[in-house]
Amino acid sequence: MPALPLDEAGKYVAGAYVVFVALLLIYVAIMAVRIDRMREELSELADLAERRARSTEPASGRPQAEADERAREVVG
Amino acid sequence: MAAFRTILAKDLRVELRTLQSLPAMALFAVTTFVVFRFGLDRTSLEGSLAAGVLLVTVLFAALLAINRLFVAERDEGGFDAMRLAPIDLSALFAAKVVALFVYLLVLEAIALPVFAAFFLDDAAGLLPLAGVLALVNLGLAATGAVVSTVGAHSRARDLLTPLILLPLLVPLMIAAGGAAEPLLAAGGPSYDEVGKWVGTLALYDLVFLLVGYAVYDFLLED
Amino acid sequence: MNLRMPSLKTMALTTVVVLGGAFALAFFYAPNDADQGFVQKIFYLHVPIAICALGGFILAAIYAIAHLRTGNPIHDVRSYVSIHMGIIFGTAALLTGAIWARAAWGKWWVWEEPTLVSFLIVYLLYATYYPLRYAIEDRERQARYASVFAITAGAFVPLNFMAVRLAESLVHPRVFATSEGGLPGEMLFTFLVALAGMALLFATLMRFELAAKATRGQLSRMRRALDSEAPAVPASRIAPSGGGS
Repeated sequence: MPALPLDEAGKYVAGAYVVFVALLLIYVAIMAVRIDRMREELSELADLAERRARSTEPASGRPQAEADERAREVVG
Repeated sequence: MAAFRTILAKDLRVELRTLQSLPAMALFAVTTFVVFRFGLDRTSLEGSLAAGVLLVTVLFAALLAINRLFVAERDEGGFDAMRLAPIDLSALFAAKVVALFVYLLVLEAIALPVFAAFFLDDAAGLLPLAGVLALVNLGLAATGAVVSTVGAHSRARDLLTPLILLPLLVPLMIAAGGAAEPLLAAGGPSYDEVGKWVGTLALYDLVFLLVGYAVYDFLLED
Repeated sequence: MNLRMPSLKTMALTTVVVLGGAFALAFFYAPNDADQGFVQKIFYLHVPIAICALGGFILAAIYAIAHLRTGNPIHDVRSYVSIHMGIIFGTAALLTGAIWARAAWGKWWVWEEPTLVSFLIVYLLYATYYPLRYAIEDRERQARYASVFAITAGAFVPLNFMAVRLAESLVHPRVFATSEGGLPGEMLFTFLVALAGMALLFATLMRFELAAKATRGQLSRMRRALDSEAPAVPASRIAPSGGGS
């Protein structure tokens, strides 16, 4: 088959490169979803850890507030 | 060696004693030929078409056979019993391969004459074709033994085993078709291209026998 | 993180530079092909992707052998991720190959091109890796069987290419003159840079995926340590999470 004229050929070449970029971006999107899920999990775990720390602390105001402050910094 | 012989004898004895599957398999092959006759709307075949019909039938019969031989083994605890025995597990592989090989050989001994009667105009190419089929059987047996052992320990094994097995068997079928086609040619068998394809068949058999032998231990570890 | 290898950040940046450079070379430096014209530019995309996919499958076989020999689950994860990346790159290779076929010969798929056909068969085989892993529930056995599969499939790849090539050479001449020997200097150089870029991309994505798995595993570990009511179920049904679970 003779070579396609440049305007037609260009579409196919562009199509191929677009497919490549699209697949790459789909992968990035999937990773983004996973990272979001991991962040949620991490914040839940931070809450749990916080609660644990609170339950083993003697019931007094100051250390409690400090612990809360630190936990809040970590979770962001 | 003794373990190999014992297991092989057991497998063959089970097959010969029950005898149910062999007639059924032969029937399956013959019925498939009839389906092809009508599906292709041909009463005589030669060359690549003949090779294709024969090999596809053999392939699917082999899939059924593999399923039968190995699923039964798993369900009856045969694998567990072998694992407990102090034998080289690769002997089990060898026994399975030989059992499957013999089974396919007997099946073809029935199916091939029927195929010739149904479709072939002259039977001159049959003897070399039988030789080609022997090599094909070896490849089917080696690959089948490994994959069906993998599949037997999984859920949905009826689907999984053929699913994995079919792509693996493609080069074997390509080589088999390449060798069978000139042997079944219209004007009588020709031997031009056959050597190359027989070489490929032998290579395939060698590779999968070696791979199977090497990995079979790991499949049966507990 | 492995101290011998460069960091994920370095790898990612290097990939951008090399791959970006390769594409720039493809469009601004390499000459147009005499037969296919501009369409031939897809070659610099399609062939490196395909080679990296196959490379990934071979790599998986190597890790699988290491896994069976040592029993260390880290090799199983690496084997799994190699195949995972191989399938992704394989999908890209098949899609770009189809576009190239359509542009060069007007058909979306050509049975006459042995490399495409062999590649499809290999792809179909490795696609069964996932159902295989999902079908085996016992973690250790699943990993072992997956390694057996990776080794068997790895041995199959060269056989397959050989057989298909033998079959096609009888009837149809090779249509893609992609053997490196036939390429003029500028094209060859561009091709090699593109290959290097794709290989770097493959390696970077693998690192990325492995890091994500390991992190997920550590999270599961923390969950089990902190939450007494958490079920003792690992993060993912298939493949361990990189030594953390």
